[in-house]
Amino acid sequence: MKKLMLGNEAFARGLYEAGCKVVSSYPGTPSTEITEEVAKYDEVYAEWAPNEKVAMETALGASIAGARSFCGMKHVGLNVAADPLYTASYTGVNAGMVIAVADDQGMHSSQNEQDSRHHAIASKTPMLEPSDSGECKEFVKLAFELSEQFDAPFIVRMSTRVAHSQSSVEMEDRKELDLKPYVKNPQKFVMVPAFAKQRHVFVEERTKKLIEYAETSPLNRVEISDSAEFGVITNGAAYQYVKEALGDKASVLKLGMVNPLPVKLIQDFAKKYDRIIVIEELDGIIEEHCRNIGVNNVEGKSIFGCIGEIDQSIIAEKLLGEKKEFTSLYVNIPIRPPVMCAGCPHRGLFYCLKKLGVTVSGDIGCYTLGSAAPLFAIDTTICMGASISGLHGFNKARGTESEHKTVAVIGDSTFMHSGMTGLVNIAYNNSNSTVIILDNSITGMTGHQQNPTTGKNLKGDPAAAVNLEELCKAIGIKRVRVTDPYDLAQTEAAIKEELAADEASVIISRRPCALLKYVKHNAPLAVDTDVCVGCGACMELGCPAISMKDGQAVIDHTQCVGCGICKEQCPMGAIN
Amino acid sequence: METRSIMIVGVGGQGSLLASRLLGNVLLAQGYDVKVSEVHGMSQRGGSVVTYVKYGDKVYSPVVNKGEADAIISFELLEAARCLPYLKKGGKLITSTQQIDPMPVITGAAEYPEDLVSKLKAAGAELVAVDALSLAEEAGTSKASNVVLMGVLSSLMDYPEELWQNALEQCVPAKFLELNKKAFELGKNAKTL
Repeated sequence: MKKLMLGNEAFARGLYEAGCKVVSSYPGTPSTEITEEVAKYDEVYAEWAPNEKVAMETALGASIAGARSFCGMKHVGLNVAADPLYTASYTGVNAGMVIAVADDQGMHSSQNEQDSRHHAIASKTPMLEPSDSGECKEFVKLAFELSEQFDAPFIVRMSTRVAHSQSSVEMEDRKELDLKPYVKNPQKFVMVPAFAKQRHVFVEERTKKLIEYAETSPLNRVEISDSAEFGVITNGAAYQYVKEALGDKASVLKLGMVNPLPVKLIQDFAKKYDRIIVIEELDGIIEEHCRNIGVNNVEGKSIFGCIGEIDQSIIAEKLLGEKKEFTSLYVNIPIRPPVMCAGCPHRGLFYCLKKLGVTVSGDIGCYTLGSAAPLFAIDTTICMGASISGLHGFNKARGTESEHKTVAVIGDSTFMHSGMTGLVNIAYNNSNSTVIILDNSITGMTGHQQNPTTGKNLKGDPAAAVNLEELCKAIGIKRVRVTDPYDLAQTEAAIKEELAADEASVIISRRPCALLKYVKHNAPLAVDTDVCVGCGACMELGCPAISMKDGQAVIDHTQCVGCGICKEQCPMGAIN
Repeated sequence: METRSIMIVGVGGQGSLLASRLLGNVLLAQGYDVKVSEVHGMSQRGGSVVTYVKYGDKVYSPVVNKGEADAIISFELLEAARCLPYLKKGGKLITSTQQIDPMPVITGAAEYPEDLVSKLKAAGAELVAVDALSLAEEAGTSKASNVVLMGVLSSLMDYPEELWQNALEQCVPAKFLELNKKAFELGKNAKTL
């Protein structure tokens, strides 16, 4: 049966069909749906881990125990999991282990644009890269076979366009596998120096064998066109752009295995044409490899650069000089940036922070939108957890001057991911820092995933819930209080008091995400046109449901969820 | 058949994912090779959302570039104007007349351009404008504008009605099916401006 599937859904289907038994991941766009989809199969145990390092260690543990296993993450998640990755490459596997890393070329939903192939090269882990949904499923299944054949975890690299494009996939049955026997083997799994030295030798030998495999693997294929004027070497989503833009004007070497890269296959292909163009998104890894193996008639990054996505128009323009005609409307079209939703509990908190002129060390999640107009309430955003540790450093550098006017903001899921250790540092190193946990009872930005504070697991079943108040106290923070961000007066008072205190404190700003299905909304509010004087106080909240028409505020009833913070804010009492 | 491209644009939360999946399933059932490209994550939060549907004998790239769209379906007027450069010469622009102020307009930093319907026509776009919001509310919820516009699109494409109905049943949760079928019907027979 053929079905339209997202790349991520097809990936999950591949996990299922390959007999994968244990899945542990942390959500991150564009990787999240792999794990959400595989959780729908009862035969697979699937969970959200608190972070990617835990997820990868869980998957490795399952592989050592004899079950085919998987962990999935976005590109920056692989940085968090880099520690287990580099040594898992040494230990290898028992049953097959597959890792998904989803790069976000063009930064549709990410803080950087790193090329994860560098991690595969540095950790000496083999990496495959599919170009559409059908390949996602096939590559995953093959990756498990190869993982067991070569004794290595296999990374499958995704990209936003492959992960979030649907194309048709042929469904097959699951291959149910018995657990492989577990046999104690310290030389392979205890990575003390004496054993690790032997395993490093094994890893280098393995890479040689993998290169041999890459020379003839069906993952890498040559598509010769008789009318070709030049040759193209490409991978991943870029392959699709190449085929669409160039058709039979170029012969193509499509690399489905992107680490390690073949040598002879590339050399032989390059001999056929005077001009070889490498079309790869982000860094020039294949291009550099070509030069390293003596293929010098290559171009690539000098034409396409290493920033953002490539597409068929860019290729057609750069290589064929063709440009598409189009019409524009010659009026000023205002941009439409993403915003915090109407009723978002983060809005009240950020409004108070802005009003108090507080410096805010930010983090990764929906609340990063607090940095945008009109709130402009965030000073820094770096990576998961950096709000708390960054605040500590900021305060140690500037002392009392900043301690009373600087806070960190971090969501519940991000706090569990890697904020906790920063808070331990604050308590341990006697830091007078104020941390605000924005507890909206869900992982919001990636589309509502459960986490260790929500009381539910990935499959939606009841689970132990971390008590944030007790956890912060156990860490050593004495001042811990809870506020409701819909109550502006209470929230403002809490921030003032905790900033004034001469010791570390945590404010838990608690209110569930307004988009959660179980959250009951109040009736939409409306502006009394006899009372509104058009002062614009409500506009300072940056609520997408409120706008000014003819000198008065108007509330869009289709968006308003009746959170009431504009009502609190209105000096005239015009909103009811 | 050469590859055809359709863009579906709107504001995060308006249901462009459902619309693109609906269309993708109709085209797959019609026997085409189909690719549907979506955007998830941050831009879904009230920002501009763009999805692409491409179909033909063999589809390679999942994305649509400027000057390539045979049709654009827009759930919001400003987004229709923003995407005009993607329309191929002679392509159709189907838009809801609904207006949603973006944040720069809300904060007063920018103005929502006036009379976009005439401006789009003057720019040479083959325009089909529909009051999809009113029709969606008539069907039972303002959220069904997406399916109203799919109804409008169905009246411009020559595929069996049964394929659209099957796709609705596949893509819409059972409890909202009747409502969406009504929205689709209203769109199919909608008056255009």
